[in-house]
Amino acid sequence: MNLVRNHVLISIDAGTIMSGARAVEKALIEEIEKQGLSEEISVLETGSVGATGQGVIIVVYPEGVYYANVTVHDVPELVEEHLLKGRPLKRLILSEIPKQHIIKKGKSGLLKEQPRIVLKNSGVINPESIDEYIASGGYEAIAKVFTMKPEAVIEEMKHSGLIGRGGAGFLTGMKWDFARQAPGTPKYFICNADEGEPGTFKDRLILEGDPHKLIEGMIIGGYAVGANEGFVYIRGEYSLSIERLEKAIAQARAYGLLGDNILESGFSFDINIMKGGGAYVCGEETALIESMEGKRGHPRYKPPYPVVEGFRRKPTVVNNVETLANVSEIILNGAAWFRGYGTEKSPGTKVYTIIGHVSTPGLIEAEMGTTLRDIIFEYAGGIKDGKKFKGALVGGAAGAFIGPEMLDVPMDFINLKEYSAVLGSGAILVMDETTDIVGMLQSVLHFFKHESCGHCIPCRLGTAQLAKIIDRIASSKGTREDVDVMLKMSDVMRDTSFCPLGQSLYLPISSSLKYFKDEIMARAQ
Amino acid sequence: MYRDTILKKFKPTLENLLYILHDLQDNNPQRYVAPEDVQACADYLNVPYSYVHSVAGFYTMFSLKPRGRNIIRLCESPPCHLMGSKSLLDYLKGTLNVDVGGTTKDGMFTLELTSCLGVCGVAPAMMLNEDMYGNLTPERVDDILKKRREEL
Repeated sequence: MNLVRNHVLISIDAGTIMSGARAVEKALIEEIEKQGLSEEISVLETGSVGATGQGVIIVVYPEGVYYANVTVHDVPELVEEHLLKGRPLKRLILSEIPKQHIIKKGKSGLLKEQPRIVLKNSGVINPESIDEYIASGGYEAIAKVFTMKPEAVIEEMKHSGLIGRGGAGFLTGMKWDFARQAPGTPKYFICNADEGEPGTFKDRLILEGDPHKLIEGMIIGGYAVGANEGFVYIRGEYSLSIERLEKAIAQARAYGLLGDNILESGFSFDINIMKGGGAYVCGEETALIESMEGKRGHPRYKPPYPVVEGFRRKPTVVNNVETLANVSEIILNGAAWFRGYGTEKSPGTKVYTIIGHVSTPGLIEAEMGTTLRDIIFEYAGGIKDGKKFKGALVGGAAGAFIGPEMLDVPMDFINLKEYSAVLGSGAILVMDETTDIVGMLQSVLHFFKHESCGHCIPCRLGTAQLAKIIDRIASSKGTREDVDVMLKMSDVMRDTSFCPLGQSLYLPISSSLKYFKDEIMARAQ
Repeated sequence: MYRDTILKKFKPTLENLLYILHDLQDNNPQRYVAPEDVQACADYLNVPYSYVHSVAGFYTMFSLKPRGRNIIRLCESPPCHLMGSKSLLDYLKGTLNVDVGGTTKDGMFTLELTSCLGVCGVAPAMMLNEDMYGNLTPERVDDILKKRREEL
């Protein structure tokens, strides 16, 4: 038997593929063969390691050396220096990567690194291999869950206090309970992977980096609520996610983890993929269901909620990707363990995409309650090019602008509400001192104008008018009255719009005025 | 007739409508959902023409107008805006001599805008057909377009 001396992980995700990761991978394998190292070195694909915007990323184990911006031309030197002679190639080493651990602050103020929960396997295992997932403890939670009664699974989920990570902030265990108790069969279990909130790509990286974790979460959810059919509604633009998830589903079927009578438990469950058509509003669960039924993605009247009357008018659970990626860990380790992370009212961790003017943009996982200051400076290397922090847009376009005075507020679902901000999708867009706030607000309002589905009048007309007003202000032709009208109109839209889309505009507008009023007013003279 | 072959792949239920539209559009040489596509789909699913038309018109990924051989979709979401997508849009409009939604005279490129593509770490970003490109500058855009023209 040959002993593998080094494992070379190459990150294959949408970001690295555009920098030529596939070509580098091919060159790497050929070069290793050419230098006669094939038996000692193994090249493995993995998902995102968390760093984005750094070109092709390669990690060499056991040393744990990260290389960035690797090109095909670098490969011969890299193989000869590091893999043959054992000397890491300094010029390509990535000095700073977004933290691969959860940083826990002890009572004494000491920092302690803890393994991740949701992103446990991302950038570590090969997402296209079910064996690697199983070897890292995958699908153990399924075996455990079949020894439990469905009611007990729901109880465990309720105790864990897991809040849905899609943005609305509803307790997952409660949602499952409502669906379980709702009359009517069959029941359906849907994963919402229609990630469209600007600045958010956590679900894509989970799907690309660890698709089996999602499948496992869905099987557990299906078992708990009594659904035998599951769907993943995924953005049409996410081609690599779709490809990896299709492979993972096929593997799970081949292993008897999906299909009839899973692991002789008597429970049957299968998953199908639905490809979206590119409409932001379909991230709203009832619009998503309409779209699945082959209609325009207009939201439905609520109540009845989907847990009572959803897909095909039957009880349906709709959960976000990140929510479901927590489930197997909660079942395996228990609700009490999960509550050891995060805050009293928002237990667990949150996956953030931190982007904009930071040194190391990317994907991180931090405990609920972590401050924005820690996220920017501990996890993401601080502001790019030594500039000053001006503010951030937290939670995507439907989120809130915040200023420097918010840097030390612990962020979780409940706490941020008290400050009229939201965690939303977990997108953090950091802006340095050079940023034009009016331009940012303009971009946000145009986004909503484009994505308004046209179903209800306040949103259809309101988004168009708001875009016009902000254009006026941006071109210095606006007045103070324009600013007042903007705020008032979005407030009316919040009260009268049919679905969260039209209700969302008040937050970015009011928050930008709260923190950057002088700057906006200066443009509206 | 290739349309029949596509339709036969799917059960004739409304729930397959988006799938069928994706497939018909991908196989249309002008990369859009043509009136013939809408009609074939409506007949197959036994719904009015207007119904299929309204669904196709709702979703950004479907076009009811003929498009060029290559589709450029520039992201205009706030993260890309922050990193300079507005000036790139002006550059693309100028260099292709088209407006948003327009197709170049030689039928080579159609310029569209898109919502967040989820690659914000490399903003500003765009898609050229199925491929994503990030960290864009006017020079990089030139390279990408030039390479694409040479490939055809």
